[in-house]
Amino acid sequence: MSGPSDYQPSNPALQWIERRLPIMGLIHSSFVVYPTPRNLNYWWTFGAILSFMLGIQILTGVILAMHYTPHADLAFKSVELIVRDVNYGWLLRNMHAVGASMFFVAVYVHMFRGLYYGSYKEPREVLWILGVIIYLLMMATGFMGYVLPWGQMSFWGATVITNLFSAIPYVGESIVTLLWGGYSVGNPTLNRFFSLHYLLPFLIAGVVVLHVWALHVAGQNNPDGVEPKTEKDTVPFTPHATIKDGFGVACFLLLYAWFIFYMPNYLGDADNYIPANPGVTPPHIVPEWYYLPFYAILRSIPNKLAGVIGMFSAIIILCFLPWLDNAKTRSSKYRPLAKQFFWIFVAVCILLGYLGAQPPEGIYVIAGRILTFCYFAYFLIVLPLLSRIETPRPVPNSIADAVLAKTGSKSTPMVSTAIVLALGGALFASSIDSARASEGNDKPPGNKWSFAGPVGKYDRGALQRGLKVYKEVCANCHGLSYIAFRNLAEAGGPGYSVAQAAAFASDYKIKDGPNDTGDMFERPGRPADYFPSPFPNEQAARAANGGAAPPDLSLITKARSYGRGFPWFIVDFFTQYQEQGPDYVAAVLQGFEDKAPEGVTIPEGSYYNKYFPGHAIKMPKPLSDGQVTYDDGSPATVAQYSKDVTTFLMWTAEPHMEARKRLGLQVFIFLIIFAGLMYFTKRKVWADAH
Amino acid sequence: MTTASSADHPTRRDFLFVATGAAATVGGAAALWPFISQMNPDASTIAAGAPIEVDLTPVAEGQDIKVFWRGKPIYISHRTKKQIDEARAVNVASLPDPQSDEARVKSGHEQWLVVIGICTHLGCIPIAHEGNYDGFFCPCHGSQYDSSGRIRQGPAPANLPVPPYQFVSDTKIQIG
Ligand code: FES
Repeated sequence: MSGPSDYQPSNPALQWIERRLPIMGLIHSSFVVYPTPRNLNYWWTFGAILSFMLGIQILTGVILAMHYTPHADLAFKSVELIVRDVNYGWLLRNMHAVGASMFFVAVYVHMFRGLYYGSYKEPREVLWILGVIIYLLMMATGFMGYVLPWGQMSFWGATVITNLFSAIPYVGESIVTLLWGGYSVGNPTLNRFFSLHYLLPFLIAGVVVLHVWALHVAGQNNPDGVEPKTEKDTVPFTPHATIKDGFGVACFLLLYAWFIFYMPNYLGDADNYIPANPGVTPPHIVPEWYYLPFYAILRSIPNKLAGVIGMFSAIIILCFLPWLDNAKTRSSKYRPLAKQFFWIFVAVCILLGYLGAQPPEGIYVIAGRILTFCYFAYFLIVLPLLSRIETPRPVPNSIADAVLAKTGSKSTPMVSTAIVLALGGALFASSIDSARASEGNDKPPGNKWSFAGPVGKYDRGALQRGLKVYKEVCANCHGLSYIAFRNLAEAGGPGYSVAQAAAFASDYKIKDGPNDTGDMFERPGRPADYFPSPFPNEQAARAANGGAAPPDLSLITKARSYGRGFPWFIVDFFTQYQEQGPDYVAAVLQGFEDKAPEGVTIPEGSYYNKYFPGHAIKMPKPLSDGQVTYDDGSPATVAQYSKDVTTFLMWTAEPHMEARKRLGLQVFIFLIIFAGLMYFTKRKVWADAH
Repeated sequence: MTTASSADHPTRRDFLFVATGAAATVGGAAALWPFISQMNPDASTIAAGAPIEVDLTPVAEGQDIKVFWRGKPIYISHRTKKQIDEARAVNVASLPDPQSDEARVKSGHEQWLVVIGICTHLGCIPIAHEGNYDGFFCPCHGSQYDSSGRIRQGPAPANLPVPPYQFVSDTKIQIG
C-alpha cells in the first residue's frame, strides 16, 4: 500500500492476473518488503494479535450462529445445547466468549502502547482516530454479543445500556423504544441484536483495512519515535515482523488457552447462567469487565444526563488526543514527566475498572468521583500542560543509533514500572476490600473436589450416589431439564452403560403426544428423553412452594457464586480455583440451623440458612442423616449427601469438563513447544538485525 | 539483511525452520478439526434418530401409511394379492436395478412393503398408488416405481431403498 509495486511474478499465469489485478503486488509491498522499523518491541505485536483475534471471533461466531436460535424463549436453551450436544460446541463457545475478553485485553494493550509512544501524533492522527472507531464498534459488538445468551445479565445489561439513551432530552424515550422494538427489552430486541452482532464485525474488518492502509501510508511509529531515515533503520516485514508477530501470537494463545480450557467462566458472571427473567433484577448488575471503567464514570456522576455524557465523552475524548498533546517528542521514553503521568493514568483506569465492579455506595462513590476527575484531567489538563512545560531528553538521531545505544543495557523499564504499579494498585484495592469484608458475611467453606484443578476428574461413585440423592430427594421439587437420560451413559459422566441408562429412563413416565386421535398420552422414558420436571409450569411450582419456584438444577453450580474478593480473584487465576458454585451449593445444603441466632428474625414460611444470602430461605432443610440408602457403604450423612449431590450437579452443569481439561493439556503441550520453536526461529531470523 | 546462505550452520538453521513450519502446519490442521466436526449431527439429533415402533393393526389391505424416521418419510404399504403377484411376475433381469421382490420384504410378511419414500433421482417424495405399475409415481421428473418400490421407468437410477426394520410381532415393526 505504499506506492506502485515493481513486483513481477515469474509464473506466466500469475503474470496474466497481476497485469489485470495487481493483488499479489499489493500483498508483496504491504506484507513482505514493507519496511518495518527495526527497533519495534513486543508491544508492537499486539496489532497482529488483534487481527488474529478478529479472525477467530468471526470464524467461531459464524459457526455458533449455525447452532444458535435468536428467540427469547429458545436462545438460552440453544446456547446450552451448543455446549452440551454439538461436537466440540463447548470449545467453540468458550473460544468465542473468552475470545471477546482476549480481544479487549489486546486492544487495551495496543491503545496504551499507542498512548505511551505517542503513536497518535502527526502524521498518524487519522490512523489513531480510525482505531478509536474500531474500539467503539468493538464495544457495541461486545455488548450485543453478551445479550445473545439471554441470561439474567444479558437481559438486564441490555435494559440498562439501552436506557442510557433515555437520558437524551425530549427524544430519549422514543429512541429507546426504537432500539427495543417494543415496550421493553424482548424478543424483537434480541433479534435485532443478533442481526447487528453479526453485521458489526464485518464493519470492524472494513475499518481495520482502512487502519492498516493508513498505517502503511504513514509508516509505523516505533519506541524511539524517530522516523526511519535510511535503509539501516528498517528491516523487511517478512520474515522479520512476521515471525516476531507469530511468536507474539503464540504467547498470547497460551493465555487465551488458559481461559478456554481451565477458566472458561472466570471472566463471566454466574448470573448469566440463570435464564432471563423480566420480573427479577439481579441484586448487583455488572457489565463485562472491559466496560467497567466507563461504567464507573457513569455511576460517579450524580446526574443521569451528565453521567451518560461523561461516559461517552470518556471515549470520544480519545479522538482529540492528537491535538490535546502537541509535544514535539513522540515517545514517552524521552519524556520523563509524561512517562510518570502515563503510568498514573494506567493506574487510574485500572482502579476505575475495579470501582465499576463494586456496589455504588460509601467510599466507592467518592473514590469514583476522584478518579473520574483524574481521568479527564489527564487529557484536558496534564497533556496540554506537559507539552508546554516539559523538557524532553534528547532523542537519538536515528533508529539505528537507538538500537546501538540499547545493546548493553537490556533493562526494560516499562515492565518493571508496570509491576510496581500493579502492586501499588493491588494494595490500594485490597485496603478497600478489607474495609468491606468486616460486614461479616459467612463465606462458604472450601471443599476438596475431585474435579478441581487442571487434571480434575469427576468421582464416578459420587456422581452415581449424587444421582440417587437427586432422584429421591431433590427431584420432588427441582427439575433437571437440560439433562437427558442418554447423558448418563456418556463419557465423562456417571459411567453407566447404555443399557443401564435406558433402564433408568424406562422407570420414568414421559408425557408424549398428541397421538393419531389427538390425545396426549404417557409412555415409559427413552434414552433421548429429558428428566421430567416435577411441576407442569412455573406458576404451579410457585403455588406449591409458598411463592418461590424451586430453580432448575441443571446449571445451579454455575449459576451460583459468591464474591471471592481481593486478592483472591487474582490468586484464583493462577490456582484455577473455579469451585465457588459447588462450594456454595454444598454449604447451603448443610447450612440449615433450627434456630436463627439472636437478633435475626426469619419470616413465616422461611428457614434460617447460614450461607444463603439474607439467611431466609424458602426451602426447608432437604437432607437429614439416613434419608437415602447408599449401596456402596458410603456414610449416609448430610455431609456426604451434600458432597455427592453437588458433584452430580457440577457434572450436570459441565458435562464435558473432563474432555475440556484433557484437550487443554494437549493444547498446552503443543503451544509451549510451538512457542519455543517460534522463539528460536525468531532469534535466528533477527540475528543479523540486532 | 538475512538471507538463507549467510549462515554458518545451515543444516541446524534449516532444521529449526522446517520444525517450526511443520509444527505450525500440524497445529493449524488439528485446530481445523473442531470447526469441521461441529457440522455433523449433534448428540440430540443422533439420539432422536433412535429406532421407532409402528403398529400395523390399523392399516387395512390396499392401504398405506407414511411415518417419519430420522426426518425421512417411510412408506408402509399393506399390499393386495394382486400387487404382490404383479411384483413377483416380472422378469428380474429386465429391471434397471435388478432385485427380486422376495429380497425386499420379510418372508412370512409378504403383504408388507416398507420403503424409504424418497425418489432416488433427486429426492422428491413419490406419490403412492399412482403411475403405471401399481406402485409409486414421482411428480418431479416422472419416475415410476412398481408395487415393490423398484424403479421401472423414468430418470431415477435405483429402487426405493428398504430401511432397516424387523417385525417385533405380527402387527408391529421396529424401524431402525
Ligand atoms: S426426483 Fe423423482 S423423478 Fe426426479
